[in-house]
Amino acid sequence: MEKRSTARIAFEKKQKRKGVAIATLSSALLILALIILIPRTPGWEKVQSSFFNSDILIKTFPSLLKAFLVDIAIFLWSLPAIAILGLLIALARDQKAPAMFPLRILGIVYTDIFRGVPVILTIFLIGFGIPGLGLPRPWNSPYLWGTVALVLTYSAYVAEIIRSGIESVHESQRGAGKSLGLSEADTMRFIVLPQALRRVVPANMNMLVALQKDVALLSFIGPVEILRQAGVHKSLMANFTPYVGAALIFLAVTVPATRYADYLLAKQHRERS
Amino acid sequence: MTLQPNNRKNGLSNQNFPYTHTTAKTAVSTLKRTVKIALTGIALIFGANAYAAECAAGKTLKEGILTIATGNPAYFPWVMDNDPASGNGFEAAVAYAVAEQMGFAKENVEWTSASFDESIQPGAKNFDFNLQQFSITEEREKVVDFSKPYYSAAMAVLVRKSAVDNGAEATVTSLKELKWGIDANTTALKMLQDNIQPNSDPLLYDDNVNVTEAMKANQIDAALFDLPTALYLGAVVLDDGVVLGQFPADRSETPDQFGLLMEEGNELKACVDEAIDAITANGTLAGIESEWLQQTTGVPLIK
Repeated sequence: MEKRSTARIAFEKKQKRKGVAIATLSSALLILALIILIPRTPGWEKVQSSFFNSDILIKTFPSLLKAFLVDIAIFLWSLPAIAILGLLIALARDQKAPAMFPLRILGIVYTDIFRGVPVILTIFLIGFGIPGLGLPRPWNSPYLWGTVALVLTYSAYVAEIIRSGIESVHESQRGAGKSLGLSEADTMRFIVLPQALRRVVPANMNMLVALQKDVALLSFIGPVEILRQAGVHKSLMANFTPYVGAALIFLAVTVPATRYADYLLAKQHRERS
Repeated sequence: MTLQPNNRKNGLSNQNFPYTHTTAKTAVSTLKRTVKIALTGIALIFGANAYAAECAAGKTLKEGILTIATGNPAYFPWVMDNDPASGNGFEAAVAYAVAEQMGFAKENVEWTSASFDESIQPGAKNFDFNLQQFSITEEREKVVDFSKPYYSAAMAVLVRKSAVDNGAEATVTSLKELKWGIDANTTALKMLQDNIQPNSDPLLYDDNVNVTEAMKANQIDAALFDLPTALYLGAVVLDDGVVLGQFPADRSETPDQFGLLMEEGNELKACVDEAIDAITANGTLAGIESEWLQQTTGVPLIK
């Protein structure tokens, strides 16, 4: 009996090795084919000089990195505002008391509107519209109102994610809280939310990655962040390489974040099953 | 392409016809007119036009058709009512003048639209040439071809009346203090950095409309445009726009000249250049400029 099982383990090991070998080989072949075939296309030279021009990349990269700091700053100060507003709206939508009905409706209307309107429209409307009312400087800054637009949009998404987390906590937990003599608010705070928020961490990580990219949309209303800086280089040099440089910088941040989100998701999955 | 010379020939014989039925006096004047038309016709058939038509033969995207691109929307006073096919507006008129000089009659010109990015991306283009106030720069020249310039643009400073009330003047020292906004696709940014060097970083936008929107929202004080655009935006788009001053068009540093944009290595370039030389030499271009571009003499020079 034991002998048979070691034979099976050996067989499985062999199968696995074979699988790895095939995967490596097929990937290598694919990459090789791309490396050989793409430069043979008739337009490759032009595409290379327009999109992958190393001279231009080296020349523009430092200014792109510097402009990326603007993106990071906007990202960092939007984040807490989105988390707080998202949570508040999720709680508003969770109100069950009849007197709280207007609050619930408000939450629904809010999420419907800001999830339904493309981010760029919200940015234009709020970024130009509200300052147009005649606010004095610096209260009409595009940085300020652009951030507000991002916060409004993203908190609508985050609110829905948190709400799904709250609803995933079984009703019996609230019952248990009540039987311990906790008030409704305390039940929410000490029993429901800690579980709910933990469950939605991976989903919110995805929102984080999306936000990091959408910060670049603020360039439409004036701020010179990385996308705009790349656009300026593009316009003056008539070359798209700066965009590729900007893409690389974005990837350097978003890929680790996405991997981490996947890792969290897998971990949660393991813990549940 | 031979359509146009043929038409002219038909015109000639029609003109000849009434000669036999008129009195001596009118006959003389008709004769004079006929000779004049005949000479023009001959000049057109055997002169530059016939040569130009030959020059462009087989080099256009579609045989016998000249495809011209401009922006969509195209702005006043470059193209009126966003309809280049009407021939109204400075660039629409220039396009038809160049086309005629190259031997393309009006009906053999087709219009298409292309954005800035489309125009400079590598690969085949959907136009023979493209005009939408493309400034000729050395670096752009590496990726696309430009014709000889058809317009030299003075750069002008657009502000709102409130800025003037706050003491803004057409001097570099005064302009440094302002908060600037620039259309990021133009060469104005370089111009601003080279000639004004403002104290705070400018905000950048995608097009004229967004720049003026930011002016209305008081997010910026001033913007830099080519003079005709500045005059238009100041008069039509802003209620209280003021063109504060201009940098002269013939400045030696960073002159801003508009050229027709073509795909890199386009064989048509020689014909287009020749056509522009011809309409510059015979005054057609100057005529179009005075017809469509406002008098720009009232705007003070920036000191």
